[in-house]
Amino acid sequence: MSLTRADVQKIAHLARVAIREEDIPLYADNLSNILALVEQMEAVNTTGVAPLAHPLDAVQRLRPDAVGEVDQREQFQAIAPRTEDGLYLVPKVIE
Amino acid sequence: MQWEVVIGLEIHAQLATRSKIFSGASTAYGAEPNRQACAVDLGLPGVLPVLNAEAVAMAVKFGLAVNAEIAPRSVFARKNYFYPDLPKGYQISQYELPIVGKGRLRIDLEDGTGKEVGITRAHLEEDAGKSLHEDYHGLTGIDLNRAGTPLLEIVSEPDMRSAAEAVAYAKKMHSLVRYLEICDGNMQEGSFRCDANVSIRPKGQAALGTRAELKNINSFRFLERAILFEVERQIDVIEGGGEVVQETRLYDSAKNETRSMRSKEEANDYRYFPDPDLLPVEITAELLQSGRASLPELPDAKRERFGAEYGLSDYDAAVLTASRELADYFESVVANASDAKLAANWVMGDLSGALNKAGLDITASPVSADSLGGMLRRIADNTISGKIAKQVFEALWAGETDADAVIEAKGLVQITDSGAIEAVIDEILAANPSQIEQYRAGKTKMLGFFVGQVMKVTQGKANPGQVNEILKKRLDG
Repeated sequence: MSLTRADVQKIAHLARVAIREEDIPLYADNLSNILALVEQMEAVNTTGVAPLAHPLDAVQRLRPDAVGEVDQREQFQAIAPRTEDGLYLVPKVIE
Repeated sequence: MQWEVVIGLEIHAQLATRSKIFSGASTAYGAEPNRQACAVDLGLPGVLPVLNAEAVAMAVKFGLAVNAEIAPRSVFARKNYFYPDLPKGYQISQYELPIVGKGRLRIDLEDGTGKEVGITRAHLEEDAGKSLHEDYHGLTGIDLNRAGTPLLEIVSEPDMRSAAEAVAYAKKMHSLVRYLEICDGNMQEGSFRCDANVSIRPKGQAALGTRAELKNINSFRFLERAILFEVERQIDVIEGGGEVVQETRLYDSAKNETRSMRSKEEANDYRYFPDPDLLPVEITAELLQSGRASLPELPDAKRERFGAEYGLSDYDAAVLTASRELADYFESVVANASDAKLAANWVMGDLSGALNKAGLDITASPVSADSLGGMLRRIADNTISGKIAKQVFEALWAGETDADAVIEAKGLVQITDSGAIEAVIDEILAANPSQIEQYRAGKTKMLGFFVGQVMKVTQGKANPGQVNEILKKRLDG
């Protein structure tokens, strides 16, 4: 499967990645190669094999429900570009 | 053309844990902005999520309560999208392997019939933060206190056929999560949120129509109105020769309308994939066992028991078991007063009326179950009449706690001495000869006049049964 220019632009948009016009053929090539590898793997018979959710053969450890964090707002906000009234300020998002 | 309405609901219930689903920050509502947003919630580099055991236990409890399959192994996935109140750029949710599978919920309809609604799945996920669009110099303010609050998203099958059925389902689910004590159900604070998938199709057609997803509904009343509006809108679109487009629409309660929120070309493309930061969650036999052991008596079972044990009508039993708190209150009253029907009448009548008027919940009732039960005991043993009891109730509502003390202090004890009642009656009969004539001439309604006179003289304290009986004997005899 070969990705088109439009596919690459869509993927870049979804990931909010700015790409240069002249690099698109290169990305299309590289991404298509990855998909080719996937196609190759799809040829393997996996009947009866459970999908792998995680490479580690372990299960999730659970944490007791207790509040362990202290308020560090001032520290966190010291590195934020802009704050006011305890809020992080960001460019307006229009829906 | 006759149209059939098809509705499925997605309910987001905030789980009542102390800490967040993947961090140790507090979930308490109402804190100053960002005081409860820790490094994990902010998605700072290098942090890792660690799953809250209680959130898992609550999801299991829910699954058991709706007779669902609990997945022995479930997986967290990343749902990728960009929005400022989602700092990581993805929401940790569950996709292919949710913790709760297919289940069902029985709902009760207005006409007294019931219906079973299928539950497709319920999965755990984290909530996002809040965007404040008020004017911050043309910028948006972000509060991440809510980010990471555990949610259980409960998805129904498209089994509902009217706005009323959707409301009945939402109310039943609301009651259930509160019975289970896994969610406080506060719709104003957003602890229990409802999205409705609404479509229409010609009656008799099997294929589903294109649906619109309605969001921003924060009360049962708005749920009903939003659906009613949307159904009319879709009928107008189709009958006008148009096509319904699949989209998200926001309900505006001020204007009572739904508005398109995202355009079609921005169709959801969340690129889910298993979250490498989290391992599969295993539900062990022990966890299932303790989940089963922690299940309270559920609404349907309680309602059935109230009918059988207390001899209540199905309607009364349904009203009294609508919330666990009301049911508990009622049972405490009965424990004090023993007469279940009398207790049901007072709890559903005067008490509920007064609570509604004052805008109070049963848990904030100024009249305790003990006090009310004490008063009902005095009605049952004929110390006071039901009518006088209203005065006692008012005193209890105003802050008195002991019905006996109120009855004593106000001299409200019922007159049951037939000699005393006869004396009053004789006096009244002697003073009203013309009314007696009217009565004897066939105007039997005059009985009410005499009863009224007796009650006036005795300040309502004469036993009504005895008054009626003696009066009739005198007048007819």
